[in-house]
This record gives sequence, structure tokens and C-alpha cells, in this order.
Amino acid sequence: MDAPAIETPEMTPPSLVLQILPEGIRRWRSTGRGADRLFRLVTGMCAAAVAGLLLIVILFMVKGSLPAIRDHGLGFVLSPDWDPTNQKYGALTFLFGTAYTSLIGMAIALPLGVLTAVALVEILPRGLAKAISLAVELLAAIPSVLLGLWGIFELVPLVRSFEIAIYRSPLGFRKLPIFSGAPLGVGFLAAGLLLAIMALPFILSVSREVLLQVPTAQREAAYALGATRWQAIRKFILPYSWKGIFGAGLLGLARVLGETMAVTMVIGNTPQIKASLFASGYTLASVIANEFTEAPSDLAISALISLGLILLVLTVLLNAAARLMLIYLNRRMGTQGAK
Amino acid sequence: MLACQNLKIEFDRKSVIKDVSLEFPPQRITAIIGPSGCGKSTLLRAFNRMHDLTPGARVSGLVTLSGKDIYHKDEDPVLVRRRIGMVFQKANPFPTLSIFNNTIAGLRLSGLRNRALLKEAAEKALVDAALWDEVKDRLKSNPMSLSGGQQQRLCIARALAVDPEVLLMDEPCSALDPIATAKIEELMFRLRERLSVVIVTHNMQQAARASDRTAFLWMGELIEEGETEAIFTTPKKSMTEDYITGRFG
Repeated sequence: MDAPAIETPEMTPPSLVLQILPEGIRRWRSTGRGADRLFRLVTGMCAAAVAGLLLIVILFMVKGSLPAIRDHGLGFVLSPDWDPTNQKYGALTFLFGTAYTSLIGMAIALPLGVLTAVALVEILPRGLAKAISLAVELLAAIPSVLLGLWGIFELVPLVRSFEIAIYRSPLGFRKLPIFSGAPLGVGFLAAGLLLAIMALPFILSVSREVLLQVPTAQREAAYALGATRWQAIRKFILPYSWKGIFGAGLLGLARVLGETMAVTMVIGNTPQIKASLFASGYTLASVIANEFTEAPSDLAISALISLGLILLVLTVLLNAAARLMLIYLNRRMGTQGAK
Repeated sequence: MLACQNLKIEFDRKSVIKDVSLEFPPQRITAIIGPSGCGKSTLLRAFNRMHDLTPGARVSGLVTLSGKDIYHKDEDPVLVRRRIGMVFQKANPFPTLSIFNNTIAGLRLSGLRNRALLKEAAEKALVDAALWDEVKDRLKSNPMSLSGGQQQRLCIARALAVDPEVLLMDEPCSALDPIATAKIEELMFRLRERLSVVIVTHNMQQAARASDRTAFLWMGELIEEGETEAIFTTPKKSMTEDYITGRFG
């Protein structure tokens, strides 16, 4: 028996647009099933393309770095020699440069970002806080090559005069390993400062979001118990947000690790391992950018690609560590994360 | 005694409480009732200066505790809040602290460090809040593992630990089941012996069974107040009668 339901679509006349369309498309539009299938196909392909892209990049990196790894072995990672003219390649100086500059950048940007976020959310009047947030967003929009230029012309001379002051200081600061060496201006400190400036907007805006997520009920509970503003922030609001602030730090670190242009412009580009903040250095990202165009041999290119692979592995490890840390924190804090 | 005279509260120039004068005698439970949006919670929050935290809020008139103006410019809101405790609509224990540390959070804030004293105070507050037997074996646990009613009693214990003179309760049972509600009401009667309790509730049965005095608020104005029995049996204003018999609100 024919179900009356089949006739129902014909009982309401199709709209004018549908009447103009050819029969096939009309049926297709009115049932919607074809559209659904097409939609699923398109979105599915998009998702697959994203995953595929990642795979392609990884494959390229692994394939590209194979010659260098075959030639030098995995000890490549821990060798401090980098001498392309004599076909000697080692990643350690660059790893050190990346780690040291990132450390300096994070040591400055993390406290600065978190404290600024606290000021914006908990202390400053709303209008002023909005103005500052806007300024910080604009800071994030500055292309890093421009920051690099500013670094060369403004920051490096500033750092240099600071270094000279330390050098001449009668207190003998220059005998300390981290302040030793010639006051050149370019080097780890200048690069670290630039990285701090670049990481700051990320850390600040994420921390700000995190602090805004603290329920009003928590704030009120603290104040109703007779907490001063400082106590409420230090004992309740920050501990509540600490997981998210950890995430903010990681985001900043991820930004800092791979940053190339600005760092290359102010770090001095000398592959060496020195504890001094004033010494020149080199990072994984900047050596790739600097030497790729003039690599003397295929092996040199392969070595550069393997430096990139190290950077990739580093970020993946960082991500994994972050996830593990979050799982640990979640377990320790009980059901806090659950709504 | 907590009291207010000609109290007015505005948010961004919009008047929410208009000229309310009330007294909250010690050792009494006073219920503030009224339809949603009448300003009950706003009124309550003025009594421990919570509006100080809201930009755009303005409180005028007089709020006194033992005759002293708590809004006087020399009064520190932090100290005011230590004398006038508050329990909120939704239980809000600190998820980052253990049950024990939640209980003594207020004492820690006021600088008490002595471990033995803190322990003693925690036990006393938890006993007072009728929670001790349920949590004494897991004082180090996370408070979020407690039931809703237990969490709310933990919040009451937390407020009691600093030994306040007044306890403000903002619809403390609205998220609780009847059994948990009954426990909290029973608790209020015991607390009455040592402090004055002000409870905001939209539940008229609760006001009728668990308070000594009742104040009826409507559109930011105090319509009537008096002994609970009188308000519920022989109200003077027809509006009060209409509200308690469910004709509006």
C-alpha cells in the first residue's frame, strides 16, 4: 500500500526558485539527502587534507634529513661542531641557543604576562583594562621582521649600554659567568628580550581569559570570608587558574621555540655555547633561515633539514609533556575541571 | 545588632532598593521574602559590603552593626566581612583546598598560623555546621567530592569558623533536595542561639517554618515586616496577604 506520506511533499507547492531548477536538482534539494552526503564528503575531505598536510611535512622532513643522519649518526644531535666547509655537522650549539633564548624569553614574559592579566581582570578599572588589552592585541599583530628591525636599531643599542654599564661596574659583575664577555649588544639577551615581547601577547591574552573564567562565586566566597584583594588573588583566584596559566605558558613557549626572523636579526649568529647572556649565539630556526640559500652541498641541506626535524620533535615532545602534566593536575585537583 | 536605615541601592543610576529600614535582632532568624527581582539578594549583599566589588553599584543610607556605621570611611570592608559572614545560593567551596583547609580559610586569612588552634577551630566549626561526623575521616579530601548539601554545610562551617556576629544566607537551599534543606534549617535554629541569621528565600514555606521574623520586599520597597507568625496569619497589608497566599509573585 502506498503510504500517504509520499504524497505530502507535493501538497505544498515548491517555492519559485525550486520550480525553475531542473527536476534532478529539485528532487535533490527537496529531499536534502544528496546535499547531506555532499556536505559530509566535502567536510570529510577538508579534515583529511589537514591531517595529510601534516603527514606530508613530516615525511619531507624525515626523508630530507636521512642523508645527514646516515652520514653522522644520531650523535649528530649532541655534537657541537658545525663546519659546513669541512662537512662537519652537529646540532648542539643550535639546540642550546634555542633553549637559552626561549628560557630568557619565558622567564620575562611569563611573570609579566600573568601579572598584567591579574591587573587587567582584578584591579584596573574596566575602561583602562580594555584599552590595554587592545594595545596588547596590536602588539601581537606586528610582523616579526619589523620587531627585528626595531631590535637592531633600538633594542640592541639599549642592551649594549646595559652591558657596558655591567662591564664597567665597580662591583665586578662581569666576573659572573652570565655577565662575562664583550658588550656587543647582539646576543642571547637581546634575542631573549625580543622573544619575550613576542610571547607576551599570547601569554597575556590566554591568562586573561583564564582569570575571567574564575566563577564570580569563587571571588565572592573569598571576599565574603574577609580576604583582602591581594589575598583573594594569591590564595584563591591564581590557584584556581593555575592549570590554564600553565597552558598560557606553553602557548607562549611554542611561539618562542620556532620564532625565526627577529631572533636571527639580533642574536649574532655565531654557533657557540656560552653561559653569558651577552654572548652571541645561534638558534635552530635562525641557522636554517640563514644558511639554506648558500648551503655548499646536499649534505649541508640535509643537515639543515634535520635541524628542522629536531625542532619539530621538540615541539611534539613539549605538547606531549603538557598533556601529561594536565592529566596529572586534573587527577590531583579532583573534579575541579568538570562542570 | 545589625540594622539599616533609609537604605538605597543603585546600579548605574538605576534604583534597586528604595528607602528600606530594618532591624535584625540577635538570636533571631529573619527571613526576607518577595518575588524574583524584588531586590532581596541586593539588600542582603549590602549588609557585608559585597557591593563594593561591583562597579557601578552605589549604596546610600545607613547600615549599622552594634550602632556603628559599617560604611563609614574609616571602616575596612575586609574587617566588616569578618564580622558578618555570608553563605551563597550555590555552594562555593574552594576546589583547590581540602575540606579542612576550606573550613579554616577565613582564619588563615586573618593570620592565624597555630596548627593546634586551627585544628580545634575546624572541628568546632564543622560540629556547629553538623558536618563533622560525615567528614571527620576525610578532612584531607577535595570538597568537590561532597554532596551538594554537604558542600553547603561546609560553606556554613567556613563562615562560622571566624565566629561572626551575623550570618547572611542568600537562598542557601534553592539548589538542595528536601532532606538537605531540612538539615540546614535545623542548623539555623541551633545557630540562632549565638548569632543573628538573615535568610533570603523565595520559598514561603521555608520562611514560615524556619524564621522568627519576616520582611516582605516588593519592587525594592519594604512592604511589611514583623513576627513571622503575624505576617503569615494576620498580615496588615493586602499586598502581603496576596503574596503569601500565592495570588501574585
